[in-house]
Amino acid sequence: MNTDVYKESPVVHQPAFIDGHSVEIPILKVLQQDGTVYEGAELPEIDQESATKIYKTLAFHRVLDERMVASQRQGRLSFYMTALGEEAASVGGAAGLKPQDMIMAQYREQGALMYRGFSLENFMNQMFSNEKDLGKGRQMPIHYGSRELNYMTISSPLATQIPQATGYAYGQKLQGLDAVTICYFGEGAASEGDFHAGLNMAAVHRAPVIFFCRNNGYAISTPADEQYAGNGIASRGVGYGIKTIRIDGNDILAVLKATQDARTYALAENKPVLIEAMSYRLGAHSTSDDPSGYRTREEEAKWQAHDPILRMKNWMLANKWWDEAQETTLFDKLREEVLAAVKVAEKIDKPPVEDLITDVYDEPPTLLKAQLAELKVHIKKYPEAYPFTAGRIK
Amino acid sequence: MAQMNLLHAINNALDIAMTENERAVCFGEDVGHFGGVFRATSGLQEKFGKLRCFNTPLVEQGVIGFANGLAAQGSVPIAEIQFADYIFPAFDQIVNESAKFRYRSGNEFDVGNLTIRTPYGGGIAGGLYHSQSPEAYFAHTPGLKVVVPRNPYQAKGLLLASIRDKNPVIFFEPKRLYRASVGEVPLEDYQLPLGKAEIVTPGSDITLLAWGAQMEIIEKAAEMAAADGISCEIIDLRTILPWDIETVVNSVTKTGRLVVSQEAPLTAGFASEIAATIQKECFLHLESPIARICGMDTPYPLSLEKEYVADHLKVYEAIKHSINY
Repeated sequence: MNTDVYKESPVVHQPAFIDGHSVEIPILKVLQQDGTVYEGAELPEIDQESATKIYKTLAFHRVLDERMVASQRQGRLSFYMTALGEEAASVGGAAGLKPQDMIMAQYREQGALMYRGFSLENFMNQMFSNEKDLGKGRQMPIHYGSRELNYMTISSPLATQIPQATGYAYGQKLQGLDAVTICYFGEGAASEGDFHAGLNMAAVHRAPVIFFCRNNGYAISTPADEQYAGNGIASRGVGYGIKTIRIDGNDILAVLKATQDARTYALAENKPVLIEAMSYRLGAHSTSDDPSGYRTREEEAKWQAHDPILRMKNWMLANKWWDEAQETTLFDKLREEVLAAVKVAEKIDKPPVEDLITDVYDEPPTLLKAQLAELKVHIKKYPEAYPFTAGRIK
Repeated sequence: MAQMNLLHAINNALDIAMTENERAVCFGEDVGHFGGVFRATSGLQEKFGKLRCFNTPLVEQGVIGFANGLAAQGSVPIAEIQFADYIFPAFDQIVNESAKFRYRSGNEFDVGNLTIRTPYGGGIAGGLYHSQSPEAYFAHTPGLKVVVPRNPYQAKGLLLASIRDKNPVIFFEPKRLYRASVGEVPLEDYQLPLGKAEIVTPGSDITLLAWGAQMEIIEKAAEMAAADGISCEIIDLRTILPWDIETVVNSVTKTGRLVVSQEAPLTAGFASEIAATIQKECFLHLESPIARICGMDTPYPLSLEKEYVADHLKVYEAIKHSINY
């Protein structure tokens, strides 16, 4: 029985309530906006090659987000979610891990998947729900997943991935693998019960999982100060007995450093880590949202000045690892490639009607096969009502 | 062969599953050293260690969330929810996650290795929160399999099949029978098929259909009917989802009459699904309306439990009514 907590508590004889904000949580900052490193700052492991890979991923992320919002506005795409202004959290997190580490994201962490090398075609096929989508056209845009790249398929329900990440990491530990799980979520999702379940179980059962909270200030329209009254999400880590750090989420070097160190610790100790990355969702929640209804342009402008991609670029320029000519060439090339990929993906067929019943179970049950057969007869009777599939039914 | 009660049979199945596969892991509230509040996991922690059989914090959504992650990773989680009445905090993890994991990822990922064990049902003076039969909620969720055994032999064979099945399975254990039901069970490994009903007693005049602890009830009613010269064909559905339509259709085509009995409340219970399907498939063979003998549409009572339940007398009356229709 664990009664240590009672033994260790100093005894008092006057009521002494502990203030809910008495835990002071510092914030790690390595890189300044002008591209200079803070004096005395400890740098992550990074060289020109890895820095260039990170930067190119950030650039791809920015361009893809811009082009896909435009495509949505043109009516070519049903839905999109950008990660504008907080790209460093997902890209830097993935860069701080090994390819065998599992990434269990919320939905605004396409940057981690980009870093792992998910192709532009794969992104497009998912967004256009066509027959080449790995997810077989079953989920709304941005619900990516790839077994090959150890990126768990996104699920819309919030926070469900948190206890799952604990279980996944526990399995990695049981097998003795050189692998951890990183679990992304927002400060809004941290209000869900699954947050509590996942962190508490990870601490109790010592799972090598990195909980990475992107505190971007908003859950759709609800600001963080209407989400919680405590000292952010980090203060909760202390309550669960989890090693915790708060970082500047727009500082790629801080993200990288924290993730690298968290991975080392999680593996060596078989214990979880909580990282709270402070950032700001510069874009709308999704293309179905309009932030002008709940926040000011002044507030947004303030955060635009903290652009994580520009910050990294300034550092790259200062290191002479990058120049303006490379910048222009890269962005022009990315824009062209994305536009071309949209044109290809939107013309690819929808999945065949047979995909309606596959993967519900490992094998379709008898009743489901009968339902499909019945549907095919119906579609053949009214082919004009089902133009995507009518012509392809065998 | 050995005499086992239903708990022993389940414990024996878990032992076999954990011995054959070192990736099988058993956990839930009080499941570890204590062996579960009903002792279904007795001795497993001692035998397989604390990493493979352990207590979880008291958080059902965490138990199943954790289990989903473990299953996706390739381990074989066997999670216990202490009472089916307390499965609802995990409803989201089961219905939105376990059930849809394979489908939503296009088979990139799945949690087919997951088995959820949970005691269900009344008859133990448990009142409204230790007596429910929530199988119909889960039967409404494509992607899950729902299994209910009726005795120790069935429990062992069906549980081993559930653990090895490549789909998430909810295994409802009739807790009223945990110690009350005793029978011969082979000590060796065996499996019984999922998705397959069993004709327990062949008959010619009327088909009686149930599952789990309710089987005992319809068997008792059938004995009473036999004294009246009525021959009942008794079927154990065994798997609620996906269910064995063919076996029931064949039986009702032969007998022309059907009584379905479940512990759960009448409205929107699984008996209703069966009745709808059988009236479609057997319409021209039916001699009388399909009867559903179920719990009443109330929360599960305590002091009036005897009056509430679908007992053998209510089933017997339904048999006579159907025969004399």
